[in-house]
Amino acid sequence: MLSNQEVAEEIAAKFGDSVYGFEEPYGLLTWSVTRDNILPLLQYLKEHGRFSLGFLTDLTGIHFPDNKGGEFAVVYHLHSFLNNFRLRIKVFLPGEDLHIPTATGLWESANWMERETYDFFGIIFDGHPNLKRILNIEEMDYFPMRKEYPLEDATREDKIDALFGR
Amino acid sequence: MEPIKLVEAPEGHSGAGFFATSFDKVIGLARSYSLWPLPFATSCCGIEFMATMGAHYDISRFGSERPSFSPRQADMLMVMGTIAKKMAPVVKQVYLQMAEPRWVMAVGACASSGGIFDTYSVLQGIDRIIPVDVYVPGCPPRPEQILEGLMHIQELAQNESLRRRNSEEYQLLLESYNIQ
Amino acid sequence: MGEIEFIQNKGLATRGAQPELVEELTTLNLGPTHPATHGIFQNVLKMDGEKIVSGEQTIGYIHRAFEKIAERRPFYQITTLTDRMNYCSSPINNFGWHMTVEKLLQIEVPKRAQYIRVIFMELARISDHLICNGILGVDTGAFSGFLYLMEKREEIYEIYEEMCGARLTTNMGRVGGMERDLSTEAVRKIREFIRTFPPVLREFEKLFNRNRIFMDRTVDVGPISVERALSYGFTGPNLRAAGLDYDVRVMNPYSSYEDFEFDIPVGKSGDTYDRYMVRGEEMWQSLRIVEQAIENLPEGPYYADAPEFYLPPKADVYTKMEALIYHFKIVMGEIDAPVGEVYHAVEGGNGELGFYLVSDGGRAPYRLHFRRPSFIYYQAFPEMCKGVTLSDAIIIMSSLNVIAGELDA
Repeated sequence: MLSNQEVAEEIAAKFGDSVYGFEEPYGLLTWSVTRDNILPLLQYLKEHGRFSLGFLTDLTGIHFPDNKGGEFAVVYHLHSFLNNFRLRIKVFLPGEDLHIPTATGLWESANWMERETYDFFGIIFDGHPNLKRILNIEEMDYFPMRKEYPLEDATREDKIDALFGR
Repeated sequence: MEPIKLVEAPEGHSGAGFFATSFDKVIGLARSYSLWPLPFATSCCGIEFMATMGAHYDISRFGSERPSFSPRQADMLMVMGTIAKKMAPVVKQVYLQMAEPRWVMAVGACASSGGIFDTYSVLQGIDRIIPVDVYVPGCPPRPEQILEGLMHIQELAQNESLRRRNSEEYQLLLESYNIQ
Repeated sequence: MGEIEFIQNKGLATRGAQPELVEELTTLNLGPTHPATHGIFQNVLKMDGEKIVSGEQTIGYIHRAFEKIAERRPFYQITTLTDRMNYCSSPINNFGWHMTVEKLLQIEVPKRAQYIRVIFMELARISDHLICNGILGVDTGAFSGFLYLMEKREEIYEIYEEMCGARLTTNMGRVGGMERDLSTEAVRKIREFIRTFPPVLREFEKLFNRNRIFMDRTVDVGPISVERALSYGFTGPNLRAAGLDYDVRVMNPYSSYEDFEFDIPVGKSGDTYDRYMVRGEEMWQSLRIVEQAIENLPEGPYYADAPEFYLPPKADVYTKMEALIYHFKIVMGEIDAPVGEVYHAVEGGNGELGFYLVSDGGRAPYRLHFRRPSFIYYQAFPEMCKGVTLSDAIIIMSSLNVIAGELDA
């Protein structure tokens, strides 16, 4: 069995300053990494003989409008079936430069998850084979999951402010 | 087992060897008991339609024995489930491909009004793109409700004048949806 | 005579002048409303005769913005969304969400509530697999199996109704436990189901499992290796059919799954037949779990002692001041959820159903992401149906059990 301590120490030693912010919310080892080192890190974890974190459970984005310089985060969840060990990695991106290398070279499943993240947040995955909207219509001109955009359908006229508190 | 109940003949004049009634009534009667539905099932309500189709509720008791997956041969469009804006042109296309007379049933809250999904991606009721005859509320409606919706359509079909589809009022309705 | 010769000569001459046969692929648009796809998926297939060369999928036809809605809804209202995500097995989604919130709030749910949850989650798994296998039968040309199974699914729905009044969108759980206890009538119905279901399933299996036609249609159709399946993010029955025994219920037990004895069926080649067989066997195992849970149902409360989060029973709200205050506080969102992030996974009908919840201490999640198994593994469909005929592609799709609501969220 792997312990959080063990993994964190080895990664900190290997990747030095590019990994930071180690924590364990609800027992799940979490850290952040710089954009340039995300792919080497994922590859290292995947091909590591003992960690073998070879399964990409989830990939998604989060918008933090108040976090200056790191308005967007891309969150990876990895899982090692051999050790039954889960891991969360975050990459913070500044709002004006939303580029991050794609993980499609490591996992086929990253393809749609990255497209979904692009569709929702506008984060551009460099090197993605087919980066276009997946769930929303192609004509959409904004990224709906960003915090500044409203949820409601703007074309509705029957919902008046007095009744629905808009 | 009870004897099979046949439908009653419409009002008319009968005498020795003849029975006279109006076309409206006979055709309405015939149509109403052989409505071929086009199940346009997108989400949860589609699962309830499966139950309606199954042995327990059995929609074929009402003459809708044959779900017609081709719009050309269908009489009744049953829109079941959420229609997203991406899907809206497809619904309209299917409706346009159906031949007159055609009836539309909006099954479930989403098809009727958008339901709980008042969001940027969901069409707020299919009546924004095509005319609807019967709304079935519920999220999702029980199979009994879907059957009742079908019975309402039967009633519409029975009482509809043969000339209704040519009337100016109907043309105006279609025009308001940019059809034709 | 001369005339005939003339025609022959002319024929030969034109044949010589004909252009060489060129290989041209046909583009076939399958969907989005194709009846055989059981849902709203579009596939643009390149066909060489009847063989599929490549395919491109378009999804999002019922995208309903669950994740955006979730950011505006208090925790207890999000079950309306999870209900409608995988609508074939909604209790699993709902309880999965409740467990996620309980993990965030660090509430320990009493054993009785955990067992009741297990009962309903396993019944939901049965109804999910019933639909999948029944529909697979329909797609291979046997309608009667479907009719039999739907009849049993109605009985599962009746058990749900006994618990919460709804058939499909079953809001029977609460954060912190169950909304109400199992009634004696519900227990009777569950026992009745345990008794009457096996003969029907056995009959269904007799009809299909060794059926020559069914096996010809499904064996070696759409196989996938473990390596490819893992790369595509397969989980659940589809991954197990490929030969890897990953099951969240065993690896990260939740809701007292460690108390029950059950086997994990595993396939060999990951083809359509294996997926069918794995689902079939899982129904037996689920039935075993339900049986164990109902026989060993512990006594005690059915909800946790967490008044600030568990919606109090209605009778108390009307008669007790304290319950009324808590009810008001929960509904008006004056609760203090901790700040933090939590990932919780349950074994859904189609695989690992994960909830990634980021809370900023407000009444609604700051961000809620659903890891939807169908969305992730449906990507493999073009690869799986490469080189097969169109009719096989339909079977592959229905054996993958892609649920449109879960796919598009």
